[in-house]
Amino acid sequence: MAEATVTAAPVILSVRDLDVKFNLRGRVLSAIRGISLDLYQGESLAIVGESGSGKSVFTKTFMGLLDQNGEIAGGQILYNGQDLAAFKTEKQWRAIRGKEIAMVLQDPMTSLNPLKTVGSQIGEAIAIHQGLRGSALRDKVLECLSDVGIPDPESRRKQYPHEFSGGMRQRVVIAIAVACRPKILICDEPTTALDVTIQAQILDLLKNLKKKYDLTTIYITHDLGVVANVADRIAVMYAGDIVEIGSCEEVFYTPKHPYTWALLSSLPQLGIKGQELYSIQGAPPNLFTEVKGDAFAPRNPHALKIDFVERPPYFEVSPTHKARTWLLDPRAPQVEPPEHIRDLQKEGVRRYGK
Amino acid sequence: MGNENREVLLSVRDMVVDFGSRRDPFRAVDHVSFDVYKGETFGLVGESGSGKTTIGRAIIRINPISGGEVLYRGERISGKISREKDREVTRKIQMIFQDPMASLNERAKVDYIISEGLYNVQKDLTEAQRRERVERALTAVGLLPEFASRFPHEFSGGQRQRIGIARALIMGPEFIIADEPISALDVSIRAQVLNLLARLQKERDLTYLFVAHDLSVMRFITDRIAVIHKGVIVELSETEKLFAHPLHPYTRALLSAIPLPDPIREREKKLEVYDPGCHDYTVDKPEWVEIEPEHFVRGNRAELEEYRRKLAE
Repeated sequence: MAEATVTAAPVILSVRDLDVKFNLRGRVLSAIRGISLDLYQGESLAIVGESGSGKSVFTKTFMGLLDQNGEIAGGQILYNGQDLAAFKTEKQWRAIRGKEIAMVLQDPMTSLNPLKTVGSQIGEAIAIHQGLRGSALRDKVLECLSDVGIPDPESRRKQYPHEFSGGMRQRVVIAIAVACRPKILICDEPTTALDVTIQAQILDLLKNLKKKYDLTTIYITHDLGVVANVADRIAVMYAGDIVEIGSCEEVFYTPKHPYTWALLSSLPQLGIKGQELYSIQGAPPNLFTEVKGDAFAPRNPHALKIDFVERPPYFEVSPTHKARTWLLDPRAPQVEPPEHIRDLQKEGVRRYGK
Repeated sequence: MGNENREVLLSVRDMVVDFGSRRDPFRAVDHVSFDVYKGETFGLVGESGSGKTTIGRAIIRINPISGGEVLYRGERISGKISREKDREVTRKIQMIFQDPMASLNERAKVDYIISEGLYNVQKDLTEAQRRERVERALTAVGLLPEFASRFPHEFSGGQRQRIGIARALIMGPEFIIADEPISALDVSIRAQVLNLLARLQKERDLTYLFVAHDLSVMRFITDRIAVIHKGVIVELSETEKLFAHPLHPYTRALLSAIPLPDPIREREKKLEVYDPGCHDYTVDKPEWVEIEPEHFVRGNRAELEEYRRKLAE
């Protein structure tokens, strides 16, 4: 199944011990705290976490899009034999951005230029990277538009973004991102600003494009609910660190980290009417100060003493599934996940046979 | 629960809202009628452009209505009403807005934002009384009273939405229109705001009109749901009945779009796409029919026949 293809595929991008720091008015914020991650060719990885968990910052480092006050303080990002973390000039990045790694941003209302026609915005990327001009460029633009399911591309390409609905605009943004046939497509909350019905259509479109152009995709989202359909693997981020990573089935049916439990539990889809929805107590840690132990410990009702002292290592649950929590240590007491997580698990066992 | 002994708090009768010039009007709300009972949470679901927000705004009289009327406790509150009535309605019906990043005045302190309504309606309050009210409203939504002296930009999205809720609460409302109050928030914060709204409802005997596009949230919080498409209500039902037997194709499309947090079921799920062209209303005109107790649907004779068959299964 999906797992087998994932592990057998070659690694396309490899992140090693990445540290990212921001300088804010003389204070230093550690946004990413030592992440290592292998991205496999052709897979679709979802990165899930709350606002401020560093999920966007993490993927921005792949494209050299960190804000001025941010810097990669350590680690490597290996792509195609190059270390992206060591890139210094815009010129180096230009060979990667758009051509090798492209990005779809969250809000289609703000990520397009309102003063240029949709056609010229798509054409811009193609002209720069592929050097097409004139009618060849026009044909390519039309192809891109029909690729993303925009009807009547001939007249649509001459229109401005305000003449498109939210869902159609997001299709345009996707068309721009895949225009140069990148190897990796990063989708940063691609559907958060959209209606549920449109959201389903956009996710479908992304899935089809991935198949058609053999893309490796990374989805960034705060909503675990939306990734069940699109992700092969899921990485859960908290306070600048990946706390759990596994195949889609593993993370949904046998989650191990209390933070993953909490994220799943707070989904209204799993809530029981008349009862309080589960909500995570407290606030994420202040990343200006050094985090001691497990970053989630202060909000974790199952926290152990050691959680406040020492940072847990990754414990391997299966060859594809690992989690950073002391609960998996053989010496730790048995802690049962919350009730509806167990229900989900039973459902998974019944249908997935594991 | 029998409806006979439930009190109708708000009643929308044949509401029409037109935008644009008289020569070229756009009908956003097309003869919509529904009742909201006291103490319940009534949901209004539809996609962008369906007119759901417009209905909410028309009820609190931000948008003028072009036809029909709105009754509150049996009295008309739409169109021209007396000044006392106007003041009373302003106090009794409050609104919570969608985007907490855009709905707070960035240049005013929280203290002023929350008490702005009081300045308008209850001018006889002393400064000390006003302060106390602000403090109570802040505490009620789970914020600290000392936040009153801060500016909105110092708060996170969830906290800002709480400020928006406090601003509605301070007026002592009976009826709150919540326009997508959680769609701009993170999933984990959503749960907190939903719990807060549920708690306040219990404590203060509030009635909610909850406007949203996401049926998964609606199932959790509402008692009854109306599904609206292009300004027309196509189905209205008790929440559980709607989820058990969704009849109208548009409702089914909305339901099938809910993302399931379960990879296997999600992959097996078939997405239904609604095509308004599937109705043939040229000869056989659609009617609004109570197809099972407390479950209304819009359809023509052939469609209703089909719906009845489905229900019988």
